Amino acid sequence: MSTPTLLPDGEPRAGGLRHGRPKYLEIRDLSVSFDGFLAVDKVNLDVVQGDLRFLIGPNGAGKTTVIDAITGLVPATGSVNHTGTEILGRKVHRIARLGVGRTFQTASVFENLSVLQNLDIAAGSGRGPLQMLRRRKTVDPAVEEALEIIGMEGVAGKKAGILAHGQKQWLEIGMLLVQNSDVLLLDEPIAGMSQDERAETGELLRRIAASRITLVIEHDMDFVREFATSVTVLAAGKVLSEGSVAQVQADKKVQDVYLGSSGAEADDA
Amino acid sequence: MKGLLQGRLGTAAGFAAAAVLLLVVAPAVLSAFNLGLLGKFLCFAIVAVGIGLAWGRGGMLTLGQGVFFGLGAYIMAMHMKLADASLFGGSGVPDFMSLYGSGQVPGWWEPFRSPAVTLLAVVLVPGLVALILGLAVFKRRVKGAYFAILSQALAAAFAVFLIGQQATTGGSNGLSGFRSFFGFDLQDPDNKVMLYMIAAAVLLLSVALARQLMHSRLGELLVAVRDQEERVRFLGYDPASIKTAIYVVAAVLAGIAGALFVPLVGIISPADVGVIPSIAFIIGVAIGGRATLLGPVLGAVGAAAAQSALSSTFPSFWVYFQGLLFVLVIGFMPGGLASLASMVGKRRRNRTARPLPSVPTPAAASASAPLTEGEASMPEEARR
Ligand SMILES: Nc1ncnc2c1ncn2[C@@H]1O[C@H](COP(=O)(O)OP(=O)(O)OP(=O)(O)O)[C@@H](O)[C@H]1O
Ligand SMILES: [Mg+2]
Repeated sequence: MSTPTLLPDGEPRAGGLRHGRPKYLEIRDLSVSFDGFLAVDKVNLDVVQGDLRFLIGPNGAGKTTVIDAITGLVPATGSVNHTGTEILGRKVHRIARLGVGRTFQTASVFENLSVLQNLDIAAGSGRGPLQMLRRRKTVDPAVEEALEIIGMEGVAGKKAGILAHGQKQWLEIGMLLVQNSDVLLLDEPIAGMSQDERAETGELLRRIAASRITLVIEHDMDFVREFATSVTVLAAGKVLSEGSVAQVQADKKVQDVYLGSSGAEADDA
Repeated sequence: MKGLLQGRLGTAAGFAAAAVLLLVVAPAVLSAFNLGLLGKFLCFAIVAVGIGLAWGRGGMLTLGQGVFFGLGAYIMAMHMKLADASLFGGSGVPDFMSLYGSGQVPGWWEPFRSPAVTLLAVVLVPGLVALILGLAVFKRRVKGAYFAILSQALAAAFAVFLIGQQATTGGSNGLSGFRSFFGFDLQDPDNKVMLYMIAAAVLLLSVALARQLMHSRLGELLVAVRDQEERVRFLGYDPASIKTAIYVVAAVLAGIAGALFVPLVGIISPADVGVIPSIAFIIGVAIGGRATLLGPVLGAVGAAAAQSALSSTFPSFWVYFQGLLFVLVIGFMPGGLASLASMVGKRRRNRTARPLPSVPTPAAASASAPLTEGEASMPEEARR
């Protein structure tokens, strides 16, 4: 019996899936202005299913704002096309239902609910009214699998509020998984994690990304080098460079930007 | 007590005990007068159950429940007035209308001649008003203090409207002097007991409904919406629909309570539905503990009982006392008196149970959770 699983086999690679018709996210001329200040300036970005794309750039480059715009949190102009469907201009919950999921720079889980309840809610936006009125008696198979994947079976009954910082971030990733999104937008998922936790998270991201459209914001260049299949560099709201890690690191413009600011390598510390 | 009341069996036993107390013991030991008084308090408790859901669980400070209480009450009162007017071959025109008005029954009264329409309207009118209001307000992301002020203003406007309609709603006198209730003589002591029994049964049902809702997936989602409304959107839910659904439930409960209040108390007037009673509903719930299942019920009954005991002896003193108590509870015990019980329970449990692994609790977690101490917000699996 083959039940659908949250983590099919395979590895992500640059350019994404080479067979079938891969899903994609196509961003064109995306601009966000805060009272005249252009935080995101005509950004073009393509991510294909099966590619593990990292979005890097100095502080204030507009990385988070790009994700905010895609998910409908801030108004934006331009176009964001998810495999044939324009998602820009829709309401936040509609965009989420179209399969676009995200995490937040500061882990954002429901602290008064248990880990299990957090996951159950994330898995449930498609439930009908009758199901909503019933008690949660059994654990959804997807939720069970997600608990295992994020290694939190042991704390399933604990309130999310008492989790350690790294666990909250894993819980958020678990929520993304059960939410059944095909676009994953992760905002600094390893911030504040120990070295071991980072490595585990990196492995997890690679497994997740093999079958999804994944965009990860990250500062830690070691982490990017180890796990990214492709990289986009954002600076001052504009796309500066794009390609493999080696390519963007060799790019003069990127070097200038990072030398001009605190420097990507320095960020590792 | 908590120890005894655990699990499914415990809940059923607790529910049965409450039913025996309300339906058997109270009628046996209380005088007719006091039983009537208790019936009135139970009506407030039904409103409180709804507020507990909407405010305690959903975070909507419903400062205008008097409106829904009043809608249910006036609909019932209109029906009873019309029915009384047709008793013993009467003209079918309520007494006060010939006194203050044209002696004609206004068209919008007519549907309430029908008992069936009345019963339906008691549920549907408050429900529909809350639905329209809820969608309009929550879709526009009105929340927090703005929602509270809006509800409050609505209650004020509703009372003003009623006062202005002397000829059709009895103005500030309201509607009173009822003789019958769906054909039952209201003077008959047995019928008075029956009315009390209905109120008690409805309260028990409302508590059961609230419990089911709290423990359902919707109840869990509601807590998520209360604590982090914006986050819920990114999971594909529209918080406005969730909040509206619970707001409607609270409104329907208030409407039913109002409809029961009228035959039990014998009068409904703008003074029962305006700003002051709306605030009084909230105070009872706050004192009892808004986020718990029984806190609102006990708080509402306790506050109403204290009011009727104290306000006859010290008429002006009660209002200050009530205000003071409200401030104290909100300021120092946001979980209400119910949090006292769970604090004690927690201490006892901590003493016996093995110590929890010392996971650092972020300050933000405790700061963002001032209302949810205690059993009621605890996940089911953690309690077993
Ligand atoms: N709501 C807002 N109103 C006004 N300005 C904003 C708002 N949100 C972000 N900005 C500004 O937009 C710019 C981009 O911010 P953004 O948070 O997207 O940067 P980032 O690349 O995610 O940075 P970091 O690496 O520090 O997270 C910053 O200059 C920031 O001050
Ligand atoms: Mg950011």
